[in-house]
Amino acid sequence: MSKLILKQLFKRTEFYLFGALLALSAVITAINPSFVTPENLFSILKNYSFLGILTLGELVVLIAGGIDVSFTAIATVAQYIMGVIIGTYGVNDIAVAILIPILIGAVLGSVNAIFVYYTRVHPVIITIATLNAFYGLLVFITGGRWIYNLPPSFRNFASLKILTFTNPNGISYGLSIFTGFWILTAILTWLILKYFSVGRKIYAVGGNLEAARRAGFSIFRVQLFVYSYMGALAGLGGFVQAQLGQIIQPNAIVGRELDTLAAAILGGASIFGGVGTVLGAILGVLLIAVVKNGLVLMKVSSYWHQAFIGLIIIIAVSITAYQHKIRAERMTGRNVK
Amino acid sequence: MLNSGLFAGYFKSIQTLVLISVLLILIVLLTVFTGGEFLQVQSLQAIAFQFPLLGVFTLAQVVPMLTSGIDLSIISIADLSGIIVALILTHLTAWYATPLAVLVGIFVSLILGTVNGFLVAYVEIPPIIATLGTMILIKGLALGITKGYIMAGFPQAFLFVGSGSLLGIPVPFIIFLFLGTLMALILNKTPFGVGAYMFGSNPIATLFSGVSTKSVLFETYTLSGGLAGVASLIMISRFNAAQANYGGSYLLLTVLVCVLGGIDPAGGSGKISELVIAILILQIVATGFNLLGLSSYLATALWGLILLGVIVVNRAFLERAHKF
Repeated sequence: MSKLILKQLFKRTEFYLFGALLALSAVITAINPSFVTPENLFSILKNYSFLGILTLGELVVLIAGGIDVSFTAIATVAQYIMGVIIGTYGVNDIAVAILIPILIGAVLGSVNAIFVYYTRVHPVIITIATLNAFYGLLVFITGGRWIYNLPPSFRNFASLKILTFTNPNGISYGLSIFTGFWILTAILTWLILKYFSVGRKIYAVGGNLEAARRAGFSIFRVQLFVYSYMGALAGLGGFVQAQLGQIIQPNAIVGRELDTLAAAILGGASIFGGVGTVLGAILGVLLIAVVKNGLVLMKVSSYWHQAFIGLIIIIAVSITAYQHKIRAERMTGRNVK
Repeated sequence: MLNSGLFAGYFKSIQTLVLISVLLILIVLLTVFTGGEFLQVQSLQAIAFQFPLLGVFTLAQVVPMLTSGIDLSIISIADLSGIIVALILTHLTAWYATPLAVLVGIFVSLILGTVNGFLVAYVEIPPIIATLGTMILIKGLALGITKGYIMAGFPQAFLFVGSGSLLGIPVPFIIFLFLGTLMALILNKTPFGVGAYMFGSNPIATLFSGVSTKSVLFETYTLSGGLAGVASLIMISRFNAAQANYGGSYLLLTVLVCVLGGIDPAGGSGKISELVIAILILQIVATGFNLLGLSSYLATALWGLILLGVIVVNRAFLERAHKF
């Protein structure tokens, strides 16, 4: 029995990711012990909460067999409209500031879903088009102006912590509220995928769309759900990003689409749909975060960081592709060449 | 009820017709709105200088898309090979610096293309993921080499590639015409081209008909890398500088142009001639907006909306075609 569990474990991407994460952390700690300080770990968890939330949204879209690259534009539009409402009109209420971008995000996401469903064109193409349309219109209408004059409730929210500690020097640190957002989003996504009927449908549609259609699932409803969910999380991500920077710049998020995609794929989600887990999506983000943080602590010039990330992604996807190939050959019982 | 082959031809010509009409309408509108300025030699020459860059990048994207793939790494390949060309040009003053740099640049981009080709054809990683990985890696290398700095100041001989004219015809335009014709010939007249079209419409049938699909894919991404290298030469010569982050906005634009130009993202169909009209449409929108003093972001938005519009129109035609 325990042997079976172990065997299952060795097949899981998450197992290898977790191993890689531990090994990396050990190496980094050996070189620079300040890596394992709670201050540093909490700060990683805070700074990567934005990427973490977006990756969870992309995960759901990928599992459903889709892909979304327009979420950066959605996050920007949602964040900007929120900034205009709370900044220019002076709405000093944090609940409004959180809800507005989520709602706008969901609406823009549903636009993606409608185009993807009715045109049957690959979602990469559709979301490239909507990315350009959303972002271009936003910057054209607003002139690309930055928003600084954010109300006090918005400014104070950024320093909220779920857990607070004090280090020997009397400086307090802790688990940021934004890490809390990330954790809550992860739990929600996990619940949806595991226990909600729509979650099972998402895996079914991503695994085999035609089979799901013949089983009587409404493909449109599933697609509407996943793209709106991605949109809503993009809105939440936009809020978090605005909080972390305390400034809203229309050009801050667009262009970072592929970071999220890379994290999701590193976490084991398949571009062909039907495969992917919440744990993988979290570990994918953490792996990127730890590598970048480790390189900083090892005093590697920041200009080389991206090359390391790229190398890790290529190695990870090569291993996955190789395993996939071996499995396919084993299933057919012969070497298909 | 109709002969399906005949109908397919009818449908195809409608797409060309739509593209040409859009182009003509744009030209007329811009001429009217700019009070004739748009049709002057200067504006036309500006377009002839500007559009080859987008054009060659698009050619680099075409073959992967014909084989139902995509190459996300073309811009980073262009940036890295451009940086290496710039390194040679700024450190070597001998007379042969320019031809050597050009050859090395194209060689480097071909090598980077083979990396993609190897990952897609032999490791069997889906193209979008393989090229996403190489894109990040190659851009990382470019950043590491340059430390974010711009390398500028090239010899006159090299600047001729991007800004020179032969008999009043801009050199980049000549390069684009040459490469466009070459690509049309390669795709239609060579076994590789036929293999690429076949692979795009049905990979398994292509394999069973005796085509080495692995070498078709390998050559596809190598060719794509090489074309990105040529685009890089035009780009750094026009800017008279090389950097790790140039041309980023062209990536999604090339995909957009391909779809607008009738390249089926699912692979297997598309013509270079329609593609050229699509490149012209986008460049005319950009240049026209510039002349009218309109925001380039409005052009970005318009590109997105045009793409969505074309997709929806195509879908409507296709649905009508199925009803017959």
